[in-house]
Amino acid sequence: MLGWELPPHNSGGLGIACYQLCKTLSRRDIDIEFIVPYSADHGIDFMTVSAATPQGVKSISQSGFTYDSFKYTLEDGSELWLSMHDQQARYEQAVAELAATREFDIIHAHDWLTFRAALRVKQQKNCPLIAHVHSVESDRAGSKHGNPLVQEIEALGLTMADRIIAVSQHTKRAIMDDYDIPGDKIDVVYNSIDPKDMEPLDSQNVYRYLSLMKSLGYRVVVNVGRLTIQKGLPNLLQAAQLVLQKAPKTLFLIVGSGEQYYELIRQAAALGIGEYVLFTDFQRGKNWRDAFAIGDLFVLPSVSEPFGLTPLEAIGYGTPALISRQSGVSEVLRNCLRVDFWDVQEMANQIASVMQSDELRDELWSNAYKEYVQLTWERAADKMKTVYERHLATEGA
Amino acid sequence: MNKAIVLYLHVHQPYRIRHYTIFDAGHRHDYFDSAYEDDTSNERILRKVVEKCYLPTNQHLLKLLNENPQFKLSLSITGTVLEQLERWAPEALKSFQDLVSTGRVEIVGETYHHSLAFFYSRSEFEMQVDMHRRKVEALFGQTPRVFRNTELAYNNDLAYWADQMGYKGILAEGWDPVLQWRSPNFVYQPTYTENLRLLMKNYHLSDDIAFRFGDSNWAEYPLTADKFSHWISEDPTGTNINLFMDYETFGEHQWHESGIFDFLAHLPKEWLKTEGHSFMTLSEAIDSFEPVGYIDTPQTVTWADTERDLSAWLGNPMQSTAIESLYKLQPKILEAGDLALIEDWRRLQTSDHFYYMCTKWFNDGDIHAYFSPYPSPYEGYMNFMNAYRDLQSRLIEKGVTV
Repeated sequence: MLGWELPPHNSGGLGIACYQLCKTLSRRDIDIEFIVPYSADHGIDFMTVSAATPQGVKSISQSGFTYDSFKYTLEDGSELWLSMHDQQARYEQAVAELAATREFDIIHAHDWLTFRAALRVKQQKNCPLIAHVHSVESDRAGSKHGNPLVQEIEALGLTMADRIIAVSQHTKRAIMDDYDIPGDKIDVVYNSIDPKDMEPLDSQNVYRYLSLMKSLGYRVVVNVGRLTIQKGLPNLLQAAQLVLQKAPKTLFLIVGSGEQYYELIRQAAALGIGEYVLFTDFQRGKNWRDAFAIGDLFVLPSVSEPFGLTPLEAIGYGTPALISRQSGVSEVLRNCLRVDFWDVQEMANQIASVMQSDELRDELWSNAYKEYVQLTWERAADKMKTVYERHLATEGA
Repeated sequence: MNKAIVLYLHVHQPYRIRHYTIFDAGHRHDYFDSAYEDDTSNERILRKVVEKCYLPTNQHLLKLLNENPQFKLSLSITGTVLEQLERWAPEALKSFQDLVSTGRVEIVGETYHHSLAFFYSRSEFEMQVDMHRRKVEALFGQTPRVFRNTELAYNNDLAYWADQMGYKGILAEGWDPVLQWRSPNFVYQPTYTENLRLLMKNYHLSDDIAFRFGDSNWAEYPLTADKFSHWISEDPTGTNINLFMDYETFGEHQWHESGIFDFLAHLPKEWLKTEGHSFMTLSEAIDSFEPVGYIDTPQTVTWADTERDLSAWLGNPMQSTAIESLYKLQPKILEAGDLALIEDWRRLQTSDHFYYMCTKWFNDGDIHAYFSPYPSPYEGYMNFMNAYRDLQSRLIEKGVTV
C-alpha cells in the first residue's frame, strides 16, 4: 500500500482511515507493506511500514502537516527542504526502487499524492492497481477549479487504475463528474470509526472557561477541522451571528488551523461576534478530545466533504452533530441534523433549536450514539478483501 | 349462530406544521400554511387523500349500503379533517354526509382536535369533545352516543368520565394483557362504571386488513373476502367481531392496486351469505348484547405499536417537553381571549405533531417514518417548538408574562 501518512504522524483523517483499514485487513490474512514518504516510528505491528527514502538521504521528517514541506537530512549532514511536488517525484523514485526488491499481488494507493508512484510500479510489475480516493481536488478546492497539476495526476491515476475505491457516494459522484470515469469502475467503501480505539475522556475538561460559562446557562457549538475553504467555516460564522440574535448565550469553539485562520478571526470580529467565537489553533490529544466533549452541538459545515470523520468522533465524545448535506458521512449516519452548506439561515435555525433545547440535544445524541457503537471497520475490510480477490482471480485466469 | 361484524373506521387529518424557523417566530403566525408543493402542505395532502381514498371508498360504501340493506358501519371524523374537507374538498364532505343520511352509519364522538388533552387538561378535553359534538350535529344531524379517545388511548379514568357524561359505549384496543384469557368478541363493561359498555378491537382480524392485506410475503396473501368471512365464522366464540381501523386503510395505506376495494366490495355479500350473520353499528351491538364481564384498565392502552401505550407520542424527552410546554400555556392563552391564538394553540395539540417526533426507528420505526412529512423526528420537534415560541411571543405582545 502506498500512503502519505499514518498516525501519530498524521495531519487529519487520511492517516487515520489508512491505519484503521489496514489494521482490520491484517486480521483477514492480508499481508500489507505500507510505504510512506518519511521515516518515523509508528509503533505498528500488524503490518510492515517502510520509508521510501531515496539513496543518499539519511532521514526525512515532516515539518508539519501533509501539505507542508519535508526536511531531508542527507548523508553528508546537509539539509534539504522540498515542496510537495519535489517530494512526490522523490517518493515515486524511491518507491520504484523499493518495489523492485519486493514480491506483491496488488498495489493499493491512497489519494493523488501516491498516484505517480503507483503508476510507475504498475508499469514495472504489471500488477493490478487499486486507487483509493479519500478526496478529489474539487473537494479540496471547494469548487471545480482546483490545481490543474493535481487534477492531471488524478485524471491519469484514475484512468489507469484497474479499480477505484471511493469513501462515499458523494466522492463516487465527484470522480464520475470530474474525470468522466464510468460508475461501474468505482466501489464505495465507507470509512468508519472503531469506538474501541477512541482514547477515553478523563473527568476534568481542559476548557475551563467554557465549563464555567455552561454552568451559567451558556451552550457551546464546536467545530474541529482544518480551516480551509473546503470546510465552509465562513458560513458557520455567518450563521453564528444569526444564532446569537435568538440564542445569545451561545459560544462557538473553532479548533484547527489552516490558511483561513486569520481570515476567520477577522470575519468574526467584523460580524461583531468576536467575543463569542473562540479559536484555539491546531490541537492534539486531550485538548482535541475535550473540544468535542465540551460541545452541545458539533457542526460540520463543509462545502464538500468526501467522508468527514469528525461528527462520528464528536458523537463518541458525547456531542450530537449537524452535518452539511454535501458530506459523505451523512450517508452513514441517520440520527443527525442536516443542512445544505449554503443555507446559512437554516443552519442558524437548527443550531438555535439545539441551543434552546437540551431535550433535543440529548435525544439526538443518544440515538446517534446507538448508531455509533455499532460502527466498525469490519464491513469496509470485508468489501476491500472482496475487491482484492476479484482482481487476483482475474489475474490467475 | 348469530354473529355481527362491527366495522368502525377512523377519519383524520392533522394540520401539519410547515418548515417554520426561529426567524419566523414572532413575525409570521402561518405555521400551518405550507407552499402547495411542500411535503407539509395540508391542502395538497388532503386533495391527494380525497382522490385516492375518501371519494373512492365512500363511493364503494354508499353502493354497499344501497345494495345490502343489512350493511352498517360506524365512523369517527375529527374536527380538523372536517374543516379541511369544508375548505378544500366539499364534494368529499358531501360524500360522507350521503353515507350518514342512509341512516345506517353511526358517528362516534371524540376530541375536535384529535388531541391527548385528556391526559393534560380535563377542562380543555371537555371543551374539545363539546366542539366536536356540535360540529357533528351541524354537519351530520347526529349526536354521538359512543366515545373514542384519540389513538384509542383508554383507561379506567376515561371510562368513568364517559359514564358520567352519559355515553352508552366506549372503544379500546383488545390488547391481551388487558383481556387476559378473554376474547375481544363480546360486549364488556368497564370497572367503576354504571351504564357504560366497552367494545374492544379485535386487532388480529383488524390488522389482517389494515396492515397485512397488501403484504405479498404474508402467508395468507392474497386475502379474499371469502377467506376472511370463513375465518370469522370458524371462531366459535363471541357475538361481535370488532373491526376497528383507520379509514385511510382503503386506498391510502393499502393502495387501490392491492385489491383492497374489491375486498371491501365483496365482504358484505360473503359475510351475509350465512344465516345469523349481520353487520351492526357500535350502538346496535351495545343494545343487542349483554356485557359478559368487567374489564379493569388501570394503565393506559392505545392502538399503536407493539407496546400499545403512549410511548409513540410521549416516549422521549422532546415529546414530553413539547406537550408539557404547550399545556402550560393554557390559562394564559384562554385568558388572552384571542380566538385565532386559541385555535392555533389547539391545532398544535393534535397528537400527530408528537408522533412525528418519535425516535423509535428500529422496530416499528418504519410506520412512523411513513406517516411523517418531515425528514427526521428532530425537524418535527424544531418546527413545533418554533411555533410554540411564536405563541409565546404573541402572548408577550398582548402584555401577558410567559
